[in-house]
Amino acid sequence: MTDQTTKASLPAQSPPVEPPPPATGQARSRGNWFKGDGAEPLRRNLGLVGVLVILVIIGAATRPELYGDVTWVKNNTFTILQQASAIGVVTVGMTFVIIGGGIDLSVGAIIAVAGVWSTTLATQSYGTLGMIFTALVVGIVVGLINGVLISYGRLVPFIATLAMMVAARGVAAQISGKQTQVSANTTINDIASTRWLGIPLLVYILALVVAAGWVLLNRTTFGRRTVAVGGNPEAARLAGINVKFHTVLLYALSGLCCGIAAIMLTSQATSAQAAMANLYELDAIAAAIIGGTLLSGGRGTIIGALFGVLVFSTITNLFAINNLSTEAQNMVKGAIIVAAVLVQQFRYKSLTQLLGRTKS
Amino acid sequence: MSNLSRRRILFGGAAVGAGALLTACTSNTPEENTQVNTGNEDSNPNAAPGTKVVIGFSAPAADHGWIAAITNNAKAQAQAYKDVELRAVEAGADAATQRAALATLIAQKPNVLVMLPHDGKELNATGLEAMKAGIPVVNLDRAFPDRAAYRLQIKGDNFGMGIAAGTYIGQQLKAKGVTNPIIGEIPGIDSLELTQERSKGFVEALATFGFKVANRRPADFTADGGQRAATDLLQALPKIDAIWNHDDDQGIGVLAAINQASRKEFFMVGGAGSKAAMDAIAADNGPLKATVTYSPSMASSAISLARLIGQNKGMSDLVELQVPKEITLASETITKENAAQYAKLGF
Repeated sequence: MTDQTTKASLPAQSPPVEPPPPATGQARSRGNWFKGDGAEPLRRNLGLVGVLVILVIIGAATRPELYGDVTWVKNNTFTILQQASAIGVVTVGMTFVIIGGGIDLSVGAIIAVAGVWSTTLATQSYGTLGMIFTALVVGIVVGLINGVLISYGRLVPFIATLAMMVAARGVAAQISGKQTQVSANTTINDIASTRWLGIPLLVYILALVVAAGWVLLNRTTFGRRTVAVGGNPEAARLAGINVKFHTVLLYALSGLCCGIAAIMLTSQATSAQAAMANLYELDAIAAAIIGGTLLSGGRGTIIGALFGVLVFSTITNLFAINNLSTEAQNMVKGAIIVAAVLVQQFRYKSLTQLLGRTKS
Repeated sequence: MSNLSRRRILFGGAAVGAGALLTACTSNTPEENTQVNTGNEDSNPNAAPGTKVVIGFSAPAADHGWIAAITNNAKAQAQAYKDVELRAVEAGADAATQRAALATLIAQKPNVLVMLPHDGKELNATGLEAMKAGIPVVNLDRAFPDRAAYRLQIKGDNFGMGIAAGTYIGQQLKAKGVTNPIIGEIPGIDSLELTQERSKGFVEALATFGFKVANRRPADFTADGGQRAATDLLQALPKIDAIWNHDDDQGIGVLAAINQASRKEFFMVGGAGSKAAMDAIAADNGPLKATVTYSPSMASSAISLARLIGQNKGMSDLVELQVPKEITLASETITKENAAQYAKLGF
């Protein structure tokens, strides 16, 4: 708790990403920077890279004939990235919301509303830009409603976004007349098959969103405030941050990410429907958590979240190339989530004690 | 006789008997894309308006094309009869909600109850309850385990769908002289019994040719789910000879994934028989060469039969004075050759 209060009560404009360790632990941390609290995200990301490497090794060991083909390996890497693209964009938004102390259960439903709204015949008649504009605006507006309900309506984020999840799916079903709406717009449909320099356009979009998310979280006032609001909202308020307004912005940001993902998914499936992006909320939350984002808020990284998405995407790929059932795949995914949280607890209890930093 | 062929399509596979024809059917309403039997008083004694029948109807909230077509067909068919009043309740998202909705519906004492349960086992008790209250129950597609829980069961043939798809793929590959084909399968939601039956039929039919499924990636009946599953499948199998995708709605995404991966070496068979799939098969310009039907027209037929049950009448082409207890539609294979004939049944 000590470090969170310190962090939050610092002027919002200038604190570093991680708070400086308290005086007693300082010498030790400096002596071994890798063990320090500030290097925690780095350690975790290295751990996730390790998991990815292990998964690839398992893949190569089980299907050597596929991994022996360089073209196939290159193709497979892009497939994994492409399969991670839409959910990755959603996870960036989700990470912001969770760091800010909230949760957004409505992301899948927002994608469905944005996707369905942007593929109605009326919207399609406005062309490519009309469809993109609609998806983004619908995403932002639904996110804003979430934010206002939570900030000014004082609803618990879990309840507010749960209600939105149900209601937004309803709206999507109403708009689409419960039918699958096919996109006749070739520009939109081509997004999924376009490659620049051999790399799928969807992967560029993911990279762009992740880069923007990283800069926003680590290099702007907005990012610092997000960490402060999530770590200790009361302290953040006393430090002069408009916590309520900031929370609204976080949900709008998540909505925007859903709007972007809606276009990506519509392009991939060349259609949209009310049931699209099924259970994306859980995938995004899981990816954020194994990426090191604390569910209670105040801590988390964009790069970690990206690795979280990639781990899930690689597991799916590994199970697909070995023709293993999705049941087994889901069990492994569950185990990985549990393992990630256990690691997180271990860090908070044992590791800090080990370094003699509790109640310093 | 176009009249006769239309009848054959609707009831071609009636388990009751090959000649089981319900009522004459002359046209449908293409602008709404529903499959409706509008009746013809000249040829069918059952078409004349009889005593008024109140039919209670409940189907799960539609989140994809097939279920939507079920509800639309039922409503459109009821509207085609002057002597039928349809009371439809949405069944919501799960079996419990549907049970509650049906309880209120049963309390209103309709003459006949038509329902597509979320799960036949979970709503078995509700079927029994309605039958005990003297309301004949027409079970649509998802069977109750208890035979006392329904008056009539009309359903599609999931196992037969797998057989039809497997047989078509087997015959095509045999004709091409492929000896050791690589066959992929993209089912719908894997935990559903209907999916398992379809897959079982598919495996058995392929086995008669000495073929087997090389890889199986389940989707979730949505286009984006189909796209993801197909992308994984294509990645796992660098060379494929044939794919069976269980559902034409998710097939939109499967075809998109094939297009995005620029793969052309195989052919694909669909399932259910959507309008878009039939058009694509007729046009013959993509990987989709056939689809095996699981037609939502069964909802129209269920309403027609519920009306007959309510009026205490039988199916006029049969000798029996009452509607039979069980009808199973055959799964038919639609190819380029007969796509035009089936186009009216596409949903």
